[in-house]
Amino acid sequence: MLMVSITVFILAAFVGFEVITKVPPTLHTPLMSGSNAISGITIVAAIIVSGRAEGALATTLGVVAVILATINVVGGFLVTDRMLEMFKRDPR
Amino acid sequence: MNQSLESFLYLVAAVAFIVGLKRLTSPATARNGNRLAALGMLLAVITTLLDSGVVSLTGIIAGIIVGSAIGVVAAKRIAMTDMPQLVAAFNGFGGGASAFVAATEFIRHPGAIDTRISIVLSVLIGSITMTGSFVAFAKLQGLVSGNPISFKGQKWFDSLIALAILVLGVLLVTSPTSLVFWVLTLLSLVIGVTRILPIGGADMPVVIAFLNAASGLAAAAAGFVIGSNVLIISGALVGASGLILTSIMVKAMNRTLIGVLAGGFGGTSGPQAEIGQLPVKRATADDVAITLAYARSVIVVPGYGLAVAQAQHVMKDLANALQERNVEVRFAIHPVAGRMPGHMNVLLAEADVPYDQLYDLETINRDFGRTDVALVVGANDVVNPAARTDVNSPIYGMPILDVDAATTCVVIKRSLSPGFAGIDNPLFYLEGTLMMFDDARKALSDLVTAVNTV
Repeated sequence: MLMVSITVFILAAFVGFEVITKVPPTLHTPLMSGSNAISGITIVAAIIVSGRAEGALATTLGVVAVILATINVVGGFLVTDRMLEMFKRDPR
Repeated sequence: MNQSLESFLYLVAAVAFIVGLKRLTSPATARNGNRLAALGMLLAVITTLLDSGVVSLTGIIAGIIVGSAIGVVAAKRIAMTDMPQLVAAFNGFGGGASAFVAATEFIRHPGAIDTRISIVLSVLIGSITMTGSFVAFAKLQGLVSGNPISFKGQKWFDSLIALAILVLGVLLVTSPTSLVFWVLTLLSLVIGVTRILPIGGADMPVVIAFLNAASGLAAAAAGFVIGSNVLIISGALVGASGLILTSIMVKAMNRTLIGVLAGGFGGTSGPQAEIGQLPVKRATADDVAITLAYARSVIVVPGYGLAVAQAQHVMKDLANALQERNVEVRFAIHPVAGRMPGHMNVLLAEADVPYDQLYDLETINRDFGRTDVALVVGANDVVNPAARTDVNSPIYGMPILDVDAATTCVVIKRSLSPGFAGIDNPLFYLEGTLMMFDDARKALSDLVTAVNTV
């Protein structure tokens, strides 16, 4: 199981390097906030572990994980959209 | 839900992230790409919520509502100048989420050895990312001093904690107990704080990029814990992105990652140069306006001083006034012009400067020799020719914008005070350099008036 995960991780990292090297410097801030939103995918893990948590402590920690990951996802995508909306081409 | 269908939907989400990031390679398609990635995320969340393994939805839905509300308010309210803080905070939340996931899962069941290794990684990377990011946030927000903060014997203290983390990590994998888990978590939280505090404010762009990578790795580690490929793929993508940006910033600042993380650089504790010993050519707004108005081409070099003075909009007005006189105006953006990678581009985009007038360092440096005027506003170290010529200079070897190659160089600056690196700038004393000593916003608005009356 761990080896499969490591394989997926390494292949995805190569894809990441290939794709992201081509992002121009002018978009580096939106890249950071947008990729940050993508790292909020932890929300999936947060939902799964909360859904099966037992006891008060685990349930609380799980819900906190959901809150943190949701802020990351919602805030990250929205602020990236807000920034990218401002990038305009020269009309002339 | 059918297991295969579920895996398929997660795969679709992962592909949406990759295609979304690919569309970030051009400003024309970037917004669309970000929305595609957001849709992928929505798909992943809905798929998870429909998962039969999720039994109690009340807490989860409440968490999503609270998190969304906070996220929306933060994203809508934040000023573009404060973007580095926001990204730092978001990095911290992402890392925190991974640490909490690991804790929740550990309490339920420490699992087999594979899972325990993953739990150690997830709680370690997640906790460090969380507290490290919050310290970075506090420094950028001015809640704590931007100067390096350290105490006597800190290196020893940190090394000792690192060693303890290593031992506890191994212990948790071999014979898991709650005590070991919580001490490991606590120490990871502590080292996140003590490692980032000694790093000076000037190095924060590197730190944010690095913590961005760490938040990705934390997500991947959480994916290892629950055996989810979509988390691992997304985490790896973000990790790669953060590392690329870290490497770009480190090179642009002439530093090494190790050097940055060791701390102690920047702030006001740097070497103080003897300045103001040589004569400079002072110019009034009218002098500069004539030079600009009759130029064929002008390259503007904005630095963070421009943003501090909130002068982006009046800068755009000046560019407009010049373009109406058929002067070619371009903007040269050094990678560290802002407080995070690409920050200055966002600030100028906010002031309606079209992105095709913004040029990066490599592209624009060839053109200074064929340019009539280089207008430096609120930038200092990034245009310091000592970086090319003076082997004894602390910034020697740092890539700079070659503004001294332009026929005339106009520098708008409050005084001759040194920049972040605390060193004098020989550019100011060159034959072809005109100094305009004023606040950036006032100087630029004077220039707009003067250009319009030329």
